[in-house]
Amino acid sequence: MSDNHKLTDMSRWGLKKSPWAFHLSTGSCNNCDIELLDALTPRFDVERFGILLVGSPRHADILFVTGIVTVQALPRLIHVYNQIAKPCLVIALGTCACTGGIFDGSYHQIGPVDKIIPVDVYIPGCPPKPEAIISGVVKALAKI
Amino acid sequence: MRTTIPIGPYHPLLEEPELFRVVVEGERIVDIDWRTSWNHRGIEKIAESKTYEQALFLVERICGICSTSHPIAFCNAVEDLADIEIPDRAKYIRTIVAELERIHSHLLWLGLAGHYIGYHTVWMWAWRYREPICELFEIISGNRQSYAMMKIGGVRQDIKEETIPIIMKTINELEPKIHMFADAILDDPVMLARLRNVGKLSKEDAINWCTVGPVARSAGVDIDIRRDYPYASYDRVEWKVITQVDGDVLAVAVVRLLEILESIKIIRQCLEKMPPGPLQVEVPEIPVGEGIGVEEAPRGECFHYVQSDGTNCPYRLKIRAPSYVNIPCFRSRFIGERISDILLILASVDPCYCCTNRTIKIDNGKVKSTMTDKDLLELSWKETEQLREHYKGYPGGGLLE
Repeated sequence: MSDNHKLTDMSRWGLKKSPWAFHLSTGSCNNCDIELLDALTPRFDVERFGILLVGSPRHADILFVTGIVTVQALPRLIHVYNQIAKPCLVIALGTCACTGGIFDGSYHQIGPVDKIIPVDVYIPGCPPKPEAIISGVVKALAKI
Repeated sequence: MRTTIPIGPYHPLLEEPELFRVVVEGERIVDIDWRTSWNHRGIEKIAESKTYEQALFLVERICGICSTSHPIAFCNAVEDLADIEIPDRAKYIRTIVAELERIHSHLLWLGLAGHYIGYHTVWMWAWRYREPICELFEIISGNRQSYAMMKIGGVRQDIKEETIPIIMKTINELEPKIHMFADAILDDPVMLARLRNVGKLSKEDAINWCTVGPVARSAGVDIDIRRDYPYASYDRVEWKVITQVDGDVLAVAVVRLLEILESIKIIRQCLEKMPPGPLQVEVPEIPVGEGIGVEEAPRGECFHYVQSDGTNCPYRLKIRAPSYVNIPCFRSRFIGERISDILLILASVDPCYCCTNRTIKIDNGKVKSTMTDKDLLELSWKETEQLREHYKGYPGGGLLE
């Protein structure tokens, strides 16, 4: 959790219970996106812990960012980050979001994500397995 | 009165960023336009700085869902360029991996189609049946997605003897489930009412808009790269090309469901016929020249063109991915339909936007088609400068340097 969000006991309690997630693809190859969806489907089923993908950043507690952050996606990433109610958790999902991965050095890349917005948890992997994603979320919640 | 409805670039139902501008009059759609490039990563340009072996991993990451189609097409192109004949066992392994991928991709599409029409039961079912296939990939290659099985001149890993019964068991268990699933969907009056006669594509339109893959086959165009230009071992197994005549969303769903059963048939024959032998041949120095490679990806024809100047890096790589080819047909499918059908028709071509992002320069209303490396670099620097200027006050905006 970045320093500019001071956590009160109340917000800590509110954030810990059933965190809702918003997923933003900023130039990924789809792999991380489908593995994130996979974590919601019957095999892993994180919905039983109250974790839910929501359609609007204004409802979200967790922001999952995948991809290298392309020039065209940058304004949207900042816009979405500003829309999320603070305090929020930002999770960089996949190697591309963490470091740029194989696309590092592309002329259309501005990222990685932590250059643009503060990131709380990095989940590396190309793509990370659903187990890794769940473990990352658990670590993020443990930070609160 | 005409109204423009923007769908995207970040829409709750779209997994990936893409912008559709839909012009409506009341409930009826009168025009559609689309914008891409939120996912543009400059893969063709990066490929020029990688060796052939490295570029293979790069093309694998064009799209996570077709992560074996692009490498096979790239391998076909380089093998065509260097005149390499791969061993028989490698051909069969390529076919098995490609068909397993088709099953997982079609199941994924069925699930998402259920998600788009608000029928979450279908979504959860389809993704549950998809999970054993992902596990198979993990057993075969060590990764659930992006398998890294392909190699120029063969395959990187063997399908071991002890794995074959596991694959057999999984596809044998999957087959009755797919039959059950197909019956459940095609007998469900709600699904039929929702899917039939939505987003119709006539055979003429399918040909005129140059559609490929399941979209073309659902409209009665009998094309399939696996049969027409056989690669790997498709010419040695018995299977048939699935076609339908209606061209609506239901026909696309039927084509995909029946193709899963054909894929199971192909895998079963390949596992029985797979001969022992080496996995790869030694790759000679890549000569000067050019090569093309095609592959039938789950979404249609995937085309790679490789130009070599005799070094160990490709001089030029050109990729033509199936989603990009299929999207223009929206113009004939959407006009006259209702707003509520938009996402369903979008889903019907199974667009994978990761494959479809291009750069094009428009100067004074005229398309300037060629952009040199210098142009692109300058444009990129200029845009980065503008963005830095614009987002100075935002959080992290100052961190861009």
